[in-house]
Amino acid sequence: MPTDADQLLAVTLDGLSGLIAALIRRGYRVAGPTVRDGIIGYDEIASLEDLPRGWSDEQRGGHYRLVRRDDEALFGYAVGPHSWKRYLHPPLLQLWRARRNGDATALESDPRPRERFAFIGVRSCELHAIAIQDEVFLRGRHADPHYRARRDGAVLIAVNCAVAGGTCFCASMKTGPRATAGFDIALTELITDEGHLFLAASGTDIGRELLAQTPHRNATPEQAATAEKIVDRTAQRMGRQMRSDDLHDLLLRNLDHPRWSEVADRCLSCGNCTMVCPTCFCTAVEDSSDLTGAEVSRSRRWDSCFSVDFSYLHGGSVRQSVRSRYRQWMTHKLATWHDQFGSSGCVGCGRCITWCPVGIDITEEVRAIRESGHS
Amino acid sequence: MADDPMLPRVARVRRRRRDGPQVWTLETEPEGGSLAAFAAGQFNMLTAFGVGEVPISVSGDPAEPGRLLHTIRAVGPVSTALTRLEAGAALGIRGPFGAGWPMSEAAGRDVVIVAGGLGLAPLRPALYRLLAERPRYGRIVLLYGTRGPEEILFRREIESWRRRLDIDIEVTVDHATAAWHGHVGVVTTLLARAGFDPHQALALVCGPEIMMRFAAAALGEAGVADEAIWLAVERNMKCGIGHCGHCQLGPVLVCRDGPVFRYDRLRTLLPVKEM
Ligand SMILES: Cc1cc2nc3c(=O)[nH]c(=O)nc-3n(C[C@H](O)[C@H](O)[C@H](O)COP(=O)(O)OP(=O)(O)OC[C@H]3O[C@@H](n4cnc5c(N)ncnc54)[C@H](O)[C@@H]3O)c2cc1C
Ligand code: SF4
Ligand code: SF4
Ligand code: FES
Repeated sequence: MPTDADQLLAVTLDGLSGLIAALIRRGYRVAGPTVRDGIIGYDEIASLEDLPRGWSDEQRGGHYRLVRRDDEALFGYAVGPHSWKRYLHPPLLQLWRARRNGDATALESDPRPRERFAFIGVRSCELHAIAIQDEVFLRGRHADPHYRARRDGAVLIAVNCAVAGGTCFCASMKTGPRATAGFDIALTELITDEGHLFLAASGTDIGRELLAQTPHRNATPEQAATAEKIVDRTAQRMGRQMRSDDLHDLLLRNLDHPRWSEVADRCLSCGNCTMVCPTCFCTAVEDSSDLTGAEVSRSRRWDSCFSVDFSYLHGGSVRQSVRSRYRQWMTHKLATWHDQFGSSGCVGCGRCITWCPVGIDITEEVRAIRESGHS
Repeated sequence: MADDPMLPRVARVRRRRRDGPQVWTLETEPEGGSLAAFAAGQFNMLTAFGVGEVPISVSGDPAEPGRLLHTIRAVGPVSTALTRLEAGAALGIRGPFGAGWPMSEAAGRDVVIVAGGLGLAPLRPALYRLLAERPRYGRIVLLYGTRGPEEILFRREIESWRRRLDIDIEVTVDHATAAWHGHVGVVTTLLARAGFDPHQALALVCGPEIMMRFAAAALGEAGVADEAIWLAVERNMKCGIGHCGHCQLGPVLVCRDGPVFRYDRLRTLLPVKEM
């Protein structure tokens, strides 16, 4: 049953349940939002029951709390501390191992995909973040086979945001809240007198195929209009705003601004912001060997530009001060990422604001520099 | 996986020679055939198995890709482990990576090479090419500075180049010993007397960052345009292929966009403290 690419389909809760079951049947490892340890994080899910039904979150600088909704929405919250990079670019990964056998040394790496992922509940800002990491790992002169093995064939089921988080500013970064590209299926959750529905659009052949096999009706024009209104309202309720069109030159003109020292007085240099950021990609490598030295291996793990060692050169680190490390992080996100990879490195998800233990706010730091810096 | 850029090839040390205090040149042979041809100024990532991996410039002749040379100073765990490898020992190697010296721009021009300390190692491949194709270039000048006479790299080779009449070589040391009869002082002082035409010369500079900044400034004062000065910079590197983020210098990834850069690209970045 082919479906019209532009036709929005209305899918019920049972329909969505069936879609998850179908993905599992097809051998996908399905991951989605789920409540655990007081947060909504991403984890493997087995059914609709694992999604955070009836939950929302309250977010502001340095603050995150789960709260109950007065309805049964499955996607009625913003993003939590996890992002999809934990699957596509895992925190710890073995790059290779080598075995010494007498005189011979044999190296092997194993970047084969062991599983294909399907992600449910990917937000528009996260689709942009994935595209940004694609650029880093796949589009340069050298592609990362480990990232490719996880990324190729991954099915992305997006959700248009019905709630703007307290620290969200995707509208400013032009990365949301409406999913416009990069998804296989995009859903908008509707809870009305007619019941609990998801309006579904497909973005790829696999998305069309999956939807065709999911029980659905064609969405009515009224339903489509309601969905539009929900996302428009989200765009107007962003928790944060930041002018973004002039950031590259603004920040690079102000590398000596006194604000960098002020923020350094508050920043703990803990690196939380880099761990939760969906685009931060930096890694370090670690070699280890067994006691006999017959087997050695190298692994790579997420690293943070907030650590002193990050810029170490024999004799000392380039970026000794917290001031220079915060400046490195923020100018990379908002300015030099454009030079390096052709886009901003920030998608306005607000995670770095929420998960900073002292509530440092990237939008506020930009504002301070804009108001008193060299323009 | 042949197309895994993070997977080193196993190589064997063929020869090891001492080239200065704590400095050794390793000639290595990758198992299963040579690496891709390298350009002067490119580097490889070398692994001491079980210890770690570091970026090291290729110091041999690009025309002899089968004789893969790296000149390494033992400063810490990985570099020390590499310099201790004896003939026959295994190491890991990935590369070549990065952008090298602009050899094609040198044709028809005077070429001034300014090297400080170990900075001569990544410049040696360029010297080999210049001397091998000598008639293609104008004057060739090598200005080399080290801390002391015993730290002069590739000493016998420099002496043999000196016997040629088609290259001007000046060597200076910061601290002389009684046996030293050459120049004393920083390498930039040699620039004033070096006979080259600043308006058509190309300058290749490698050494400690502070020395390169002084050299670039002195070349500028002598009349060489920023666009004719090239420098090689060092930053921490964990991948060499633009994926780990460690080698950032503001807008550039040194491993991918460098390590050799035209000076106008770095002029405003290098003086920024802790960039
Ligand atoms: C493009 C490039 C080319 C280089 N070419 C040469 C060469 O031809 N010969 C040579 O002797 N050295 C060269 N170096 C420097 C060499 O990489 C360092 O001396 C080496 O990394 C020191 O590692 P270590 O573990 O022995 O010492 P430690 O000082 O203990 O270093 C610890 C770690 O910090 C990093 N690090 C320390 N110093 C440097 C540095 N200067 N540059 C980059 N990373 C560093 C490395 O990851 C290293 O493993 C080059 C560096 C770069 C970036
Ligand atoms: S910098 Fe902050 S707001 Fe921007 S993408 Fe990263 S975590 Fe989100
Ligand atoms: S800005 Fe906040 S989260 Fe980031 S390193 Fe500083 S204290 Fe940690
Ligand atoms: S060394 Fe990893 S990005 Fe340059």
